Amino acid sequence: MIHMDYKSSGISDKEYEKILELLGRAPNELETALIGVMWSEHCSYKSTRNLLSRFPQTGRKVARGPGENAGVVDCGAGWGLALKVESHNHPSAVAPYQGAATGVGGIIRDILAMGARPVASMDGLFFSPASGKSKTLAAGIVEGVAGYGNAVGVATVGGKTFYDPCFEETPLLNAFNCGYVRLDSVVSSQTALPGHLAVLLGAKTGRDGIAGASFASRELDEDSRDSRPQIQIGDPFEEKLLIECCLELQSKGLIASMQDMGAAGILSSSSEIAHKSGVGIEIFCEKIPLREEMAPWEIFLSESQERMLLIVTPEKFPLVKAAADHYELECVTIGNIVEGNRYKVFLNGELIADLPHSILGDAPLLDWPSSEPADMRERRAMPEGMKSADPACDLLKLLSCDGGRSKSEIWEQYDCQVQLRTVRGPGGQVSAITVPESDSIVTLSMEAEPWKCRTDPFLGAAEVMAHSLRVQAVSGAEAMGMTNCLNFPSPENPENYFELSECVQGLAFVCEQMECPVVSGNVSLYNETARSRIYPVPLVVTAGLVPHFTYFVRCGCAEAGDLIYLVGPKAGSLGASRWQVLCSSDGKPKGATYAFDAMLDKAFASRALATSRRAVARSARVVAGGGIAVALAKEALATGIGMSADLGPGDETSLFFSEGGPRALYFVHAESADKFLSLWEGYPVIMLGCAGGNSLCINGAREIALGELKEAYCAGGLL
Amino acid sequence: MRSAVVVFPGSNCDRDVEKSLLYMETGPVDMVWHDEADFRHAPDLVVLPGGFSYGDYLRSGALASKSRIMGAVRAHAASGGLVLGICNGFQILTEAGMLPGALLPNASLRFICRQAYLRVEQNDTPFTCSFKDGEIVQFPIAHHEGLYYLPEEELSQLEQSGRVVFRYADRSSGEAGEAYSPNGSLHGIAGIVNERGNVLGLMPHPERATLQGLIWGTDGRGLWRSLEEHFGAWEGK
Repeated sequence: MIHMDYKSSGISDKEYEKILELLGRAPNELETALIGVMWSEHCSYKSTRNLLSRFPQTGRKVARGPGENAGVVDCGAGWGLALKVESHNHPSAVAPYQGAATGVGGIIRDILAMGARPVASMDGLFFSPASGKSKTLAAGIVEGVAGYGNAVGVATVGGKTFYDPCFEETPLLNAFNCGYVRLDSVVSSQTALPGHLAVLLGAKTGRDGIAGASFASRELDEDSRDSRPQIQIGDPFEEKLLIECCLELQSKGLIASMQDMGAAGILSSSSEIAHKSGVGIEIFCEKIPLREEMAPWEIFLSESQERMLLIVTPEKFPLVKAAADHYELECVTIGNIVEGNRYKVFLNGELIADLPHSILGDAPLLDWPSSEPADMRERRAMPEGMKSADPACDLLKLLSCDGGRSKSEIWEQYDCQVQLRTVRGPGGQVSAITVPESDSIVTLSMEAEPWKCRTDPFLGAAEVMAHSLRVQAVSGAEAMGMTNCLNFPSPENPENYFELSECVQGLAFVCEQMECPVVSGNVSLYNETARSRIYPVPLVVTAGLVPHFTYFVRCGCAEAGDLIYLVGPKAGSLGASRWQVLCSSDGKPKGATYAFDAMLDKAFASRALATSRRAVARSARVVAGGGIAVALAKEALATGIGMSADLGPGDETSLFFSEGGPRALYFVHAESADKFLSLWEGYPVIMLGCAGGNSLCINGAREIALGELKEAYCAGGLL
Repeated sequence: MRSAVVVFPGSNCDRDVEKSLLYMETGPVDMVWHDEADFRHAPDLVVLPGGFSYGDYLRSGALASKSRIMGAVRAHAASGGLVLGICNGFQILTEAGMLPGALLPNASLRFICRQAYLRVEQNDTPFTCSFKDGEIVQFPIAHHEGLYYLPEEELSQLEQSGRVVFRYADRSSGEAGEAYSPNGSLHGIAGIVNERGNVLGLMPHPERATLQGLIWGTDGRGLWRSLEEHFGAWEGK
C-alpha cells in the first residue's frame, strides 16, 4: 500500500483528533483512507448539512424525502416520480466529454437505485461566452451529455444554459434525472438485514476515478490537469444493461435494498447501506472483480462507473445471478450483512479494516465563519443613469447574445423523444412528460440566476425558486416538489459562506411560503481557481403535475388576432437583469432583483391554475430574462406571428426589459377575453395589444420584421 | 398481423415500437431476445428497432448483425416475410448485407434529433401502400450515423430499380433530394427496400410519430396502417 498519512487523505489535525477519540486507537492506513474520503465535503456535506436542514421536506405529495438516493413524489394512479439533480463540475472542467457523460450516467443510477425506470434528463450548463477555450469545453460537455444520454435511451427533455465569464475556468454541469416507480415498490437503501448478501452488479472495478470525491472537494489548480486518473470513464451500453437488469430484479421482488456506486464507490455505497439500515457489514476484498491489480484502498475508493450494490437474501441469489447472466453482467457476492455496527474489510481472511460504520456515516460538521461581503451594498446598488437609447436595438442584442439566443444547436444533439413520453421538449418554459397509465402530465422546470444571486443572494435565490413555481402554475401544474444543486466556491471564505447561507435561506423561504417541499439535492463547493471563482449558482428543478393533459398551457401557441394581456406589475427590476448586464460598461451584474412577495405570488398562482382549468388562454409565457420585450419576441419567433403591444406610460427601459415578480403574458382569443378577465379579477391586468402581422412593434419603438428577429435569434453558432 | 421486435443488448427503441404497434392494434407483438435461435411464433413482420445495439461499438450495427437471431431474420426475409429496420435497425440490415450501402457519420459529425420531412417515393410497397404517391410525411430522426452512402454505379441501379422509398424533402415545396438531407445522405435517401421489396430500412422513426398527445405528430401511423392493409388484403385472399 502506498503511504497515506492523514493529511494526504484530506483529514485536518482537528478531525484526526476526533478520529482518535471515536476509535480509541490510531486508524491504520486503509482506515485512514476510508475515513478521509467519507469525511470529504463531497461525501459528507459537512459544510452544508446544517444549512440544508432549513429546507421544508414534507408535503402531501412527498413519498420519499431527502436521505435516499433520490426523492419521490406522488403523481397519482399509484405512480411515483423519483427525481434528483447533481453536479459533475470538476470532472467536466478537466475532461469535458467524460466528465459530462459520467455526470449523466451517475444521476441515472441514483434514480435507478429507487427502483424507478429513468425516463427524462435535463442539463444545467454554465459556460463562459463563446470563445476559444470555452467553446471547446462547451462543445465537449454537450457532446458528453448527448453521447451518454442518447445511447442509454433516456430522453433529454430540456435544461438551462447560462453564460458569464465567471465560468471561464470552472464551467458547471448539473445533471437532472427523473424516473417512474410504482409507489408500492419503491426500493430503499435502508432495508438491509443481517443474513443478507452484499452483491456487486455491473462493471469490474478499475483504477479510474480513484478518490474523485476528494478531487471534487477542493479548488481546481494547475495540477488538476494531472487529475485525469480521478476522472471516471462512462460506458452507456453497460448502464443500459444495468438498468434493464435492476428493473427486472425489482419487478420480480429479488432486491431487499439497493444503492448506486457514485462518489467513493464501494466504500460509500456499502457503508451507507449499513449505516442507514443499522446493521454491520463484512466485505471480502478478494471477491471484488477487478480490471487490473489494485491495492485495497484503491478498490474501495475507485469510482468505476456502471456498478450497483444490491442487498439480496441468500436463497434469491441464484435468481439474481441468472438475470445478470442474461444481460451478461458481472454479479458477485462481495460481503455479508451481519448484526452489529461494524464496517469490516477482509483480505484473504485477514481483517484489514474494522470501523464502527457511524464513523464513516457521520462526519463531524463544519461551521464556517460567515460575513457579508464588503462590497454587498455596492453590488445591490443599481448604476445611476442607465437608460436604453434604442430599445429595439437593445432587444435585438438581447436575442442574439450567447445567453439569449436559440439553444437549438445544443439540444438538437439530444434525443428528446426516446421512450415516447415527451409532451413538450427543449426550448419551452417547461418540459413535460406523460405519466404512465394516466391522463396527467408531469412538468419540469430548471432555473438558475447567477447574476441575481451575486447582487443579492437571498432575493436572487428567492426569485429563482419563485420563477420556477410561476412557470409551473402558468403551465397548469401544481408543484409536487423541488430538487436542487448548490454550486458555490469555497465555503472556507467567510464571504462565500455568507452567500451560500443566504441563498439556501432564500430558496427555503419561498419553498415554505409556496408549500413546495425539497425532496433531494446536491452541493458542489470549491468551484474556483486561483484566478477566478463562480457567482453563487443555486439551481432548482421543480416537478409539477397537470392533472389532465387538456389543462396544459403552452407557450408558442398564440394565433393571429389573439389579445395580449400582461398579468402582474408592469415593471419588475432592472437590477441584475439581462439588459443591465449586457448594457453595462463592465458586463457585471449590478442592482438587486425584485423582492419576493408571497401574497402576490400566491394570488398569481391560484389565478394561473384557474386559467388553465377553464382553458381560456391559447398561449402563455411567464416574463423571464429580458423582460416583456423578450417574452413578446420569443412568442413571435415561436409562432411566426407578429405582435404589437403598447406598454403604456412609464420608464421605457423598465417597461421593456425589467425582470422578476409574478408576471406573465397571456394570449387570449377575443371571445374568451371576458372569462379571462373575470378569472384575474383582483390582480393587476392590462391589455397590451394583439398578435398579428409580420413584425414586432412595442410602444412605437422601431418595428422589427420577423425575419430580422429570427436572424438575431438563430444566426451564428454557440459551440 | 403478428409482429416480432428483436431486442439486442443496447436497443432502446424496442419498447417504443411495441407501444406503437399495440396503440395501432396491429395484433400480437413478441419481444425476441437477440440470443434466440428462432422466433417462437412465426411472425408476419420482424422489426429491428433503433437504439445503440452493443453500444455502437466497432461500427453501428456491426456486432448486432452477427447475433444468433439474425439467422432467423434472414430466413424470414428469404421466404418473403417482411423485415423493417428503423435507424439502428437499418444500420444492422446494411451490416448484415440484407440491404446495400452503409450509414456513415452525419455530415455535421453531430448527433441530430429533430423532425424530418420525407417524400414517399414508392407507395407500392407493403410498408407504404396507404400513402399517396409523393406525399410529404414527417417522421423524426435521431441518429449520429445516418448519411446513406453507396458507390455511384450501385446508387444509380438502386434509383433505377425504384428502391428508394423515402427521401428527405422540403415541407412546403415538396421538393426532395440531397439538398434536404439533414445528415448529408446521398440523393437525400432516408429509406430503401431490397430487390424483392420485403425488407425496408429507414433512418427516421415512424414509431416516434404514432402516439397521441406527444411532440412531433402522428404521420408515422401511415406506415403501420400500410402494413395492416397489406396483410388485410393478403388474409382476404
